[in-house]
Amino acid sequence: MLKLVIKRLFQMVLVLLIVSLIVFILSSMIGDPVSLMVPENASPEEVQAAREYLGLDKPIHVQYLIFMRDVVKGNFGRSYRYYQPAMKVILERIPATLEIVFLSVLITGVLSVLFGVYAGAYPKRSSSKTIMTFSIIGISLPSFWLGMMMIFIFSIYFGWLPPSGRGQLGTFLGIKSSLFTLNGLKHLILPAITLSLANIATLIRLIRAGMQETLKQDYIKYARSKGVSQRDVLYKHALPNTLIPVITIFGLQVGELIAFTTITETVFAWPGIGKLLIDSIYSVDKPIIVSYLMIVSAMFVMINFLVDITYIIIDPRVKIK
Amino acid sequence: MGELLIVKNLKTYFKTFKGLVKSVDGVDLTLDRGETLGIVGESGGGKSVTGFSIIKLIEEPGEIVDGQIIFEGEDLVNKSEKQMEEIRGKEISMIFQDPMTALNPILSIKKQIDEALQLHTNMNKSERLHAGIELLRSVGIPNPEVRIESFPHELSGGMRQRVIIAIAMATNPKLIIADEPTTALDVTIQAQILKLMKELVEKNNNSLILITHNLAVVSEMTDKVMVMYCGKVMERGSTQTIIRSSSHPYTRGLLSSIPRFRSNRKRLDTIEGIVPNMYDLPKGCYFAPRCKYRKPLCETEQPHMTEITKDHFVYCHFPLTDGDNSK
Amino acid sequence: MKSEYKTLGTSQNSLIKKIRSSEIFYNYKHNLPGIIGSVIFVVTILIAIIGPFFTPQNPYNLVDISLSNSYLPPAWVEGGTIRFLLGTDGQGRDILSAIIYGSRLSLFISITAMILSCTFGILAGLIAGYYGGKIESILMRITDIQLSFPATLLAIFIMTVFGRGVDKVIVALVLVGWVRYARTVRGEVLREKTREYVDASKTIGLFDRAIMFKHILPNTLTPVVVLSTIQVGTFILTEATLSFLGVGVEITKPSLGLLVKNGFDVMFSGCWWISVFPGLYIMIIVFGINLLGDFLRDELNPKLK
Repeated sequence: MLKLVIKRLFQMVLVLLIVSLIVFILSSMIGDPVSLMVPENASPEEVQAAREYLGLDKPIHVQYLIFMRDVVKGNFGRSYRYYQPAMKVILERIPATLEIVFLSVLITGVLSVLFGVYAGAYPKRSSSKTIMTFSIIGISLPSFWLGMMMIFIFSIYFGWLPPSGRGQLGTFLGIKSSLFTLNGLKHLILPAITLSLANIATLIRLIRAGMQETLKQDYIKYARSKGVSQRDVLYKHALPNTLIPVITIFGLQVGELIAFTTITETVFAWPGIGKLLIDSIYSVDKPIIVSYLMIVSAMFVMINFLVDITYIIIDPRVKIK
Repeated sequence: MGELLIVKNLKTYFKTFKGLVKSVDGVDLTLDRGETLGIVGESGGGKSVTGFSIIKLIEEPGEIVDGQIIFEGEDLVNKSEKQMEEIRGKEISMIFQDPMTALNPILSIKKQIDEALQLHTNMNKSERLHAGIELLRSVGIPNPEVRIESFPHELSGGMRQRVIIAIAMATNPKLIIADEPTTALDVTIQAQILKLMKELVEKNNNSLILITHNLAVVSEMTDKVMVMYCGKVMERGSTQTIIRSSSHPYTRGLLSSIPRFRSNRKRLDTIEGIVPNMYDLPKGCYFAPRCKYRKPLCETEQPHMTEITKDHFVYCHFPLTDGDNSK
Repeated sequence: MKSEYKTLGTSQNSLIKKIRSSEIFYNYKHNLPGIIGSVIFVVTILIAIIGPFFTPQNPYNLVDISLSNSYLPPAWVEGGTIRFLLGTDGQGRDILSAIIYGSRLSLFISITAMILSCTFGILAGLIAGYYGGKIESILMRITDIQLSFPATLLAIFIMTVFGRGVDKVIVALVLVGWVRYARTVRGEVLREKTREYVDASKTIGLFDRAIMFKHILPNTLTPVVVLSTIQVGTFILTEATLSFLGVGVEITKPSLGLLVKNGFDVMFSGCWWISVFPGLYIMIIVFGINLLGDFLRDELNPKLK
């Protein structure tokens, strides 16, 4: 098993290298940093000096090596907009994004399992069919529009929840987060739900299909012959078997979640890295864009790696190999 | 009389798109404490469905539409699912045909035995572990303390079936229903497993219903036999009687197709023809198309149960009464 | 020679027979979601094609629109008129017309992208699956890496580099979408490769290309049909998201996503109709596509029979 882990680690590094190459090449096509650094009426000598200063006169592969050297040191340059190291700007905003992602994963996990297991165990009931219809609607909704609708309904019309922004921070076990205050939670609910809905819908469909498949298996009938109750049959026997393949998809979904924070944070004016990316795209703040991509890629690779490891751990059939 | 199980006129039908399948169509049987009954027949004859009906594990599109299943004086047909959960695994256990698919692949053997014990006894965790190890020992699994931690795919077919038997015996049930327990195993292992079952059942005085397509097995293991065909009982009685002097052409056919060592015959007898389509059964006796003794009446009218002796019943218009199966 | 070729031809016929067989049409007639889905899909396409002839206004034509009509609410709200049934936006564009024209653009982009990514993906998958070896492993590496990265983010980044525009959106969608086709087709090819008729074709000396296209390909089409249906829906949502974020189509000819964005900018001023209706229409189109896709998937999946 250790061999497998090491092999996976190598793959991770390889992927990150390839991604860094792609990010580097593509980002060199975005905008011209020189023109952003020098005043409009600069002389050709000044432009040349700026070019040298930025290292843009060197051949492209040397530039890449310099880039990688900087990346490894954690130096992504200075944000054009914030005048601070790009890494610092991003790190400051990550906690906010993590809050919505965390809450979203929680909501998604609980709701999709509850509804998915129910719809899978009792597919012919009309309540199950209703669940399935809602889940198809769920995957058909544009999430930005959903976010807006939620603001219209719950914030503007009913006035129950705030329309945008992050709430108050509270401290718990040394961590500062808006999860720990009521005001913070009120601000978190709508964005978290918006982020979750598409995933809940997808997972419900998957879990339901998986449950239907699993419940046909012999070992379910055997468990019943032992007198195991329906609830235990569903949750102790069927669900664990169903979830094994679902976990891979869920892992990919967490990656998608991070991508979708760009939309949700834009709609709810949430001060996280998603909104930061969109704002940076508008202002062509290259250092931020590049560092966002590198950090996020690293996160995906890490998540995929964790998912693979989890898979190996929970399925006893895989362990021995 | 001490009868443990009385089944009267059991009917289990399946409503499928293609039509209604009468898998079990009017089955009667009785079983005393400590008795072993063999239910024999070809695939699709209704024997497994009978077994599952008794423990009420019939799922859609099947349904028990008629009959009584009187177990220890109470009719199981009227019992709710909750009540059946108390009985299953405790008073009545099952042994499934394929031990690889019957055991949950992601749960350890320990957990699966523990589950049965936890549901039906008051033992605490360490008592259950101890009992589990002893159970594995009693079914002949070497090194049970180590083996109990394994997962199903780590054991051989024979060992898995022993585990299933161990789980079935765990609560010392009054009745065990074994559905083709050796069919999925190697021929060499089959005899061992059957011997094990026989020993355990005799020792604990459990009643056993052994479902199989193999009459040879039944002759070794059971007190009584019931032969089924297309959902109906063709013949039932004590094993001795049936094996030595069966009265039904179908049973005779099954018996004569068993290879025998010292026989002079060069070819095995077979029963002509094939099993009819369950959606389109013959009008008269279901076996008539394949029966070499058939008469015109057999093709137009369904027979009825004829009592030959007190414990020998035949479902035939013209039961064979020459009393000798060697013909 | 000819007669052997004919027997090999039966490998193709099985698919055509499958589609034309009455079982699918029979099941279709009894499958309400499938019917609803296909009706919605067909109607939205019709609206996209013919609708522009019936609209009160061409929202792309700057001459047609006038600021004096801006921010009118829908007809049933006080202040609205029948002429602008669903209200107008900040430029005086009729929302209903904008939706019809916008749907045309959204559907055009998505269907074109689907056809292109389908073509490239199938080619890649066929080649990889058929020839195997290094070609296959390189292709699988690429698809693995690409699939582990969220498609939407990739599309956003590509558009950041290219800039806005309909053609660029299509390219971005194709770059993101070809992967699924490649993987699916390659999987199917691997399965088909082991079948007898392939060996038979090789023995009689058929060119690789002929084997791939005339024999293997038709049998791999079933999952491709299902995938294509769902991809159109996915592309519609992705394009809408890109446009909403400002990295999609140009401002002058808004797609449905961009219309929602316009409404977003004035969200708190009470002009809800500018974003509600376009978004609702996106949902309806994709909903119809998904119903249809589900029906096709269940029907064309041999495993469930």
